[in-house]
Order: sequence, then structure tokens, then C-alpha cells
Amino acid sequence: MNRASLFVPLGIFILIIAFGYAGFRLNDPHQLPSALLNKPFPDFQAPMLMDPSRVIDRSDLLGSPVLVNVWATWCPTCKAEHAELMRIARETDLRLVGIVYKDKPHLAMRWLNDYGNPYDLVVQDTDGALGVELGVYGAPETFLLDAAGTIIYKRVGDVNPLIWRTEMQPRLALLEVDTSATTDVDSDPATAAVKKAGAAERKD
Amino acid sequence: MVRLGSLLLIALVLCPLPGLAATPVDIYEFDSAEQESRYRALIDEFRCPKCLNTNLSGSDAPIAQDLRRTIHRLLVTDGRSDQEIRDFLQERYGDFVLYDPPLKPGTWILWGAPVFFLLIGAWVLFRVVRKPAQETALSEAEQEKIAEIIRQQRTERGSQ
Repeated sequence: MNRASLFVPLGIFILIIAFGYAGFRLNDPHQLPSALLNKPFPDFQAPMLMDPSRVIDRSDLLGSPVLVNVWATWCPTCKAEHAELMRIARETDLRLVGIVYKDKPHLAMRWLNDYGNPYDLVVQDTDGALGVELGVYGAPETFLLDAAGTIIYKRVGDVNPLIWRTEMQPRLALLEVDTSATTDVDSDPATAAVKKAGAAERKD
Repeated sequence: MVRLGSLLLIALVLCPLPGLAATPVDIYEFDSAEQESRYRALIDEFRCPKCLNTNLSGSDAPIAQDLRRTIHRLLVTDGRSDQEIRDFLQERYGDFVLYDPPLKPGTWILWGAPVFFLLIGAWVLFRVVRKPAQETALSEAEQEKIAEIIRQQRTERGSQ
């Protein structure tokens, strides 16, 4: 037997370790690759949270890039990511749509009252049927859609500043969404005032 | 006693316990017994997306309950075929939910590895089987030496 072949078991051992490292460390088994990536957002019909008599469908998501966030009040990670969603809503042009996943409407309403509402539109998915259409298997999950309603990115887990900066912002930049922080101290109170005036008009 | 205990433990670990794994909590109605057995086969077939290595029938995760309900709806209300239901789940949850992944560029290593290891095994076996045949062939001088040693041993034993 030649001496070099004594190292064969060591080589096999290192190979197994390498496989294990790649399989268990680099590849997070809790992050399922989305089957819907680069496919159109599925057709759906769901009642609006604020006004259940209004039915929202896929066409309400079209026209401009949208961030669709699946959340619930029973989900602690949703609370953790809420501040970042508020920041995105405040500082960028991106439109946010929320899907309340398997939750009671009154709890969701209270949540939005207490912690603020980053969403342009919130729909209810009380029994999780829309979630199944979207391949959702837990909350929170977040989708980015282009203006034509194609899913360009999916995140399972929280949207945090790092994910925003490294994953979402570059993709949105390609879609020409203004994601720079627009909080310009001079202009901000002015736009707020304009918005307020608009809201007052609608009330009248 | 300890030995018996550890034997039992090993038996427990090795036994998949199908009776314990299946804990269906939800009650559904079916039009026929055939439909129900198809439903049972389907929920056994798919992997729960949340729980890594449990099938839909064995999981209490909310998503597994939702998917069982979805499968029941597709099967009983919509009257879809087994293959249509498979496609439905795969379109939404990807290959992950299938315990039988399709052969494609991303999975060739999965399908090819057993063949690869079989070939390595065959090669090693071939080497091992062939080698002793070469080494056991002793020269005449060696055989003479062995015979001498055996004779010596016998005479020593005889003199004791």
C-alpha cells in the first residue's frame, strides 16, 4: 500500500464536511425559493380591510411597482419589521400593499392605529386562501412587483434595513423607483400640509 | 437491564412509527371512499413547507392545515385529478413540497450522486476482491519456510 493512499479517508472526510457546510450553512432550509419568481402575481379577489364591502383584485396592484407585505398581528417578526416598512413608506415613492394573513380584522385595524399604517391599501386574507395562491407558508413574507404585476423578488422573513439596501433597493432602482431618502427638511412640512389640505377637502 | 433498555431505544429510533406520525385532526366529508383514499394518499405525498421533514398529513402547522383544506377543496369541490393537484402545489410552493423532485439542471447532483457512489463502490470492491489473489500466492521458498515453522511448533508441543 502506498503512503499517499493513507490520506484517502482524510480526503473523504473533508469532502463530507464540505458538503455538510454547503448544505446546512450556506443554504438556509427555512428559505424556500419562491416558485412564483418572475411570474405574474396570481389573480385574486379579497375584501379591503378598512371597507370589507370593497373587493380588491389583481388590477389594483398594477400601474407602478408595489411592495406586497403579508403580515399578521400574531406574528412577532411582523412587529419587528414594521418600523422599516414605515420608513420605506415615508421616505420613498414605493407603493406598499398589505395582506392581513389569517387574522381578525379588528386586531389588524387596532395594530395600524397603534403603530401607524405604512400601506396604501390593505386587504384581508382571513382563511389563508390568498396566502396559498402566493405560496406563503408563514408571515411575514414580502413580494416586490413591477408595474405589470410580475413578481421580481420575494423575501421570507423580515424586511430590515440590510435587506432593503442589498436586495430591494437595487431591484427597484432598475424599475426607476425613487428610493432615495426624500426627507428634505424644507419641503417635507410643505408636502404634509398639501396632503392635509387634500384630506380636508375630501372630508367636505 | 441497561442492555435491554438500550435495545428498546434503538428499536424505537429505527421504527418509523406510522401510527403515531399520522395525527389527522380535521374532519372532511367525501363523496366516495375512493375519493377519501386519494385524499389520504395526496396528504401523505406532500412535504409541509414549514416543517422541513414532515408530510402534510403528519403536521399540525397552520400551513399544513391550510394545504390539507386546499387539497380537499380541489379534490372534492373542483373535482381535479391527482396530477392537477400536484401541479397546483408545485406551481405555488415549488419542488420543495415534492418528496420526488424532478430531474433538471438544479437536481442532477441529487439524482446522479447514487450512481456516482455506486461506481466508486464497484471500483473499490473490484480492487479488494482482486488484491488477495495476488498476495496469497507464496513462493516455494516461503511455503517451505512455513512448513518448517509448523513442524517446529509441533515438535515443541510434543516435547512438553
